Amino acid sequence: MSEVIHADHHDDHDHGPAKGLKRWLFTTNHKDIGTLYLWFSFAMFLVGGVLALVIRAELFQPGLQFVQPEFFNQMTTNHGLIMVFGAIMPAFVGLANWLIPMQVGAPDMALPRMNNLSFWILPFAFGMMISTLFMEGGGPNFGWTFYAPLSTTYAPPSVTYFIFAVHLMGASSIMGSINIIATILNMRAPGMTLMKMPMFVWTWLITAYLLIAVMPVLAGAVTMMLFDIHFNTSFFNAAGGGDPVMFQHIFWFFGHPEVYIMILPAFGIVSHIIPAFARKRLFGYTSMVYAVASIAFLSFIVWAHHMFTVGMPLAGQLFFMYSTMLIAVPTGVKVFNWISTMWRGSMTFETPMLFAIAFVVLFTMGGFSGLMLAITPVDYQYHDTYFVVAHFHYVLVPGALFSIIAAVYFWFPKWTGKMYDETLGKIHFWLSFVGVNVTFFPQHFSGLAGMPRRIPDYPLQFADFNMISSVGAFIFGLSQVFFLYVIIKSIRSGQPAEGRSWEGAKGLEWTLPSPAPYHSFTHPPVVKDEEVLG
Amino acid sequence: MSQQSQQTQITRTVKRLSLIVIGMSAFAFALVPLYDLFCEITGLNGKTGGPYVYEEASVEPDRSRLIKVNFLTNTNEGMPWQFWPGKGAVRVHPGEAKTVSFFVKNTTSKPMVAQAIPSLVPISATEFFHKTECFCFEQQLLQPGEEVEMPMRFIVGRELPKNVGSINLSYALFDITDRVDISTISGSPVEDQLPPVGG
Repeated sequence: MSEVIHADHHDDHDHGPAKGLKRWLFTTNHKDIGTLYLWFSFAMFLVGGVLALVIRAELFQPGLQFVQPEFFNQMTTNHGLIMVFGAIMPAFVGLANWLIPMQVGAPDMALPRMNNLSFWILPFAFGMMISTLFMEGGGPNFGWTFYAPLSTTYAPPSVTYFIFAVHLMGASSIMGSINIIATILNMRAPGMTLMKMPMFVWTWLITAYLLIAVMPVLAGAVTMMLFDIHFNTSFFNAAGGGDPVMFQHIFWFFGHPEVYIMILPAFGIVSHIIPAFARKRLFGYTSMVYAVASIAFLSFIVWAHHMFTVGMPLAGQLFFMYSTMLIAVPTGVKVFNWISTMWRGSMTFETPMLFAIAFVVLFTMGGFSGLMLAITPVDYQYHDTYFVVAHFHYVLVPGALFSIIAAVYFWFPKWTGKMYDETLGKIHFWLSFVGVNVTFFPQHFSGLAGMPRRIPDYPLQFADFNMISSVGAFIFGLSQVFFLYVIIKSIRSGQPAEGRSWEGAKGLEWTLPSPAPYHSFTHPPVVKDEEVLG
Repeated sequence: MSQQSQQTQITRTVKRLSLIVIGMSAFAFALVPLYDLFCEITGLNGKTGGPYVYEEASVEPDRSRLIKVNFLTNTNEGMPWQFWPGKGAVRVHPGEAKTVSFFVKNTTSKPMVAQAIPSLVPISATEFFHKTECFCFEQQLLQPGEEVEMPMRFIVGRELPKNVGSINLSYALFDITDRVDISTISGSPVEDQLPPVGG
């Protein structure tokens, strides 16, 4: 903490970063830590992607070709865990680190040392989790939802590593969230009232509250698993008076807010990109803020829609069905606001805008399949089928992931001082857009026809859909390797970028030069309404 | 705003947020008793309640209704005992007490301890199904080859919803030998042991 004061006293010198590896190990700079988070999440994204391709390769044809069912189960489980906790969440935290201090006019995050710690425990958490794949008995194989007793009584011996890995991830998320809230609430430049904050900051503020509310519940769930496995307790063991269904309630009490944790920052990102390329102010700023807050509130009272088939009374099914459908209202407000922002805008279609528009279209499709799943009586048919897989991949891949990619292209010039190659960016977009739809759209059909999820083999009638899906998956996977190439090429040889890299970009970060100096806003900037409100 | 007062404010925010984290951690564990309490009140997870105390003479059976109670038994995975009900089903009037028998046999060559866990459907009947005496309130220690009859006395409450005509009571028998200290269980908990009957 003394570093903040120290930097302030000497702010006429330029304190550049330290040299070498130590810069990254000991850094307390929000930009460095943001970079670390983003590269880490990209590495995890590739690892999780390889696991997904193992799954799709196996499902290319019916029958067992490449892997055994035991290994297949480890692939689905670890793909889910790595993508959720290793790719999407750290990527958003990385964006938060890079952007929030610049967007609110703060010199750094509120707690820079804790920031360093919350990043550096992640590689250990995932190192531990991935190492279980090489252990005797294999890694986690019980699905990313790790329902007990599958994850307790019937789990592989390595489950303890998984439990402690989840503890570490939870600790990292909680520390990161405390840091983000402390920064947003205390370090805004004078004049930036709450209702003048950029949407990305707003969505992250609410997301961070969700995280500190539900991550302890996840930690509690895995701790109970630990006790059941090693200390003879019976939280989830029916013989000792426990109840396996209780695990599902506790898990989804965490799990449903968790899925909004992975989408709310995406809403924020898109709310920056669409106004910038439509050259219009965001339509309905206030309603956007209230919509995000409503979604966050509703996320706490809908969890049992994940478990309609456990045997719930009619009143419970009706409550969870209607409360779930209610979420469509604030979400609809957001979608219509984005469309209204584009309405009669002076639009151009650079890569970030393409990803943002694809986000709006495809996320809405994922939202609609979610509404179908919310209808209790039909959920009995859809439950645990590929329809569910198609649904959540539509909201997570062209939803959360596309928003992250859009953000990387949008703020890339601010971070690196270089413009990416627009042609390559557009190629990346179209490959990703086609790939994602070819992969996941057929899964709606195989799911409606009854293909269960998490199986390594399937009846012949699903062969065509699965083959198309696998082809799409390889297109999508390879196009993300191409993304890596685009990024590295642009860092090395991109054209120099201006401070305000996009004509229509508004916000305090665009008042800084590009690349953003290592220490920015050591003196609070003047907040002008036309800048922060667009 | 001076650096000093900003640091104070950040510290205050962090303290408050830490309280939320601690509170939610406690809440996660509080969910366990809350869940049990919720299920006990509503009967949602089909678990029937503990020993029921009432005065038999004070309740007049409802002769206008006859409820069929089906008994199902099964042993959990890896549990080698035999477990069967004396009768697959009985018909009772609401308010009328009835005693039925279940049988278990330890088919292995070592002493084992078992615990039966009830589950009842429809769940709307759970809170009206009362047991005054049940083997599921205790654990069963059986010597190798031993077979016992276990009584269960129950009464279906007169307030049973009108739309319930039959009740299914299922018992799952779990092997808990590894979870308990056999020496602490004094012999077989069932007093009226019978000579083995054909099963």
